Amino acid sequence: MNHFIAFKTIVRKEIYRFLRIWPQTLLPPAITTALYFLIFGKLMGERIGAVNGASYMDYIVPGIILMSVISHAYSNVVSSFYSTKFQRNIEELLVAPVPNGVILAGYICGGVARGLLVGAVVALISQIFTDIAVNNAMIALTSALLTATVFALAGFINATLAESFDDISLIPNFVLTPLSYLGGVFYSVDMLPAIWQKISLGNPILYMINSFRYGLIGITDVDVPVAFAMMGGFIVLLTLVSLILLHKGIGIKN
Amino acid sequence: MHALSLRNLTKTYNNGFQALKGIDLDVEAGDFFALLGPNGAGKSSAIGIISSLVNPTSGSVSVFGHDLKRERDKAKSCIGLVPQEVNFNQFDTVKAIVFNQAGYYGMPRKLALQRTEICLKQMDLWDKRDSISRRLSGGMKRRVMIARAMVHDPKLLILDEPTAGVDIEIRRAMWKLMKEVNEQGTTIILTTHYLEEAESLCRNIAIIDQGRIVENTDMASLLARLNLDHFVLDLAEPLVMSPQLDGYQVEKFSAKVLNVAVPKEVGLNHLFSQLSAQNIKVVSLKNKTNRLEQLFMDLIESKPVSAPP
Repeated sequence: MNHFIAFKTIVRKEIYRFLRIWPQTLLPPAITTALYFLIFGKLMGERIGAVNGASYMDYIVPGIILMSVISHAYSNVVSSFYSTKFQRNIEELLVAPVPNGVILAGYICGGVARGLLVGAVVALISQIFTDIAVNNAMIALTSALLTATVFALAGFINATLAESFDDISLIPNFVLTPLSYLGGVFYSVDMLPAIWQKISLGNPILYMINSFRYGLIGITDVDVPVAFAMMGGFIVLLTLVSLILLHKGIGIKN
Repeated sequence: MHALSLRNLTKTYNNGFQALKGIDLDVEAGDFFALLGPNGAGKSSAIGIISSLVNPTSGSVSVFGHDLKRERDKAKSCIGLVPQEVNFNQFDTVKAIVFNQAGYYGMPRKLALQRTEICLKQMDLWDKRDSISRRLSGGMKRRVMIARAMVHDPKLLILDEPTAGVDIEIRRAMWKLMKEVNEQGTTIILTTHYLEEAESLCRNIAIIDQGRIVENTDMASLLARLNLDHFVLDLAEPLVMSPQLDGYQVEKFSAKVLNVAVPKEVGLNHLFSQLSAQNIKVVSLKNKTNRLEQLFMDLIESKPVSAPP
């Protein structure tokens, strides 16, 4: 049995899905982030001045790109897989000889593809406002890839456990968005009081944004190897949880 | 060879409901097999377990000799499922639904396109291949599900109430289609609430009730156990009261229609003698075809099935 064909089929279907509805998936982040760059970067940034040696515009670009990667990798998987459950076309996969790992890998790759594509769109938009000389492309790409994978996996778990459309909007609204904003998108943790600096170090998104920021502009509040290790750990943990859920059929099988 | 073997299959849901209480069942290769039962009897749980949509509590499932747990890929490759309710992505095109399913079975692109074309043409859907599936009629959606189930050329096709809610014209067309598929060598397991459908299509039958198989035999033997034939008589003149006919059970449907239960050992001659004697003129006579219905009701109500004469 050629499981790679099944994997390719799921990935192709997922990519086609979000490209087909590009006005919902690709256009809004382009407009929203252009406004972020204009208002926070251009208008307010000129008054704020430099942060850790970089212009405020340059400082916020990596965070805004990665915030888009996070939200779109997550929302692609959570909405697609939950819809698949809701419409019961998950049964097409369960009936066929598709291993759980292939189902998971297919959906995660679809989410990562959308996350990275939206990230690329936002990066292109940022070029209208600033001209960043990339510090280390490999670190930037690896950070984006690992971050997208972490949140695609988290989206998969959310979709698997969700029992209603309300359940798939709770985590993005009440967990992801606050953590992203508090993860150093718009500021350096050095600017916070000591107690909040310590609390911020418990936010995993802070590590992701800073490793990506290091890749793009060479500035970071955390150790990049620590950030990579943490993302790797999350990927292993979330993959195991996802596979256990699929194996037991929780939220999918009766 | 057995197309399907179930051994001591049980299913207890998290709420404690025991849907299957140890089912043993064999379906021969090439058979057209009916799996009947009232709502909540355990049919859907059994079909769900066979097609990997429901986890069994215990027991084993073997498909063409392949154990569903140990030889998962081989067993699953033998099965095609046409579910009771539409379960494809209604925003996909007809072609994409069938083609993607071929991909899930590991079929290379070129072969998948060929099989998609063959199955859609067989289901008379090739002209609709680029249509968005939610715009199709109910009958067409059913045929899309059959095409999807057959794209990997399964040896065992499970049809879970495939004609529920479709009009009689589509139902007859689907019967013809199912017969053709079976004649080409595909084993078919059919669940249906239309007992006439099971009687006219299936050779063997199992009736499941309260999580147990209460009958498992061939259709002819089961029907032979009926010692009553039911006839509907259309009368020339209306009757005020139901006539007394010795040796027959008579039920008046309307002023000009009688339903008469005729014991096989008595026959019809004596019936017509009595009708003539009472000056009741019969315009036409027809045999009721849903004989299975009475047997089914007897079995699930735990009544003894009428003994042969």
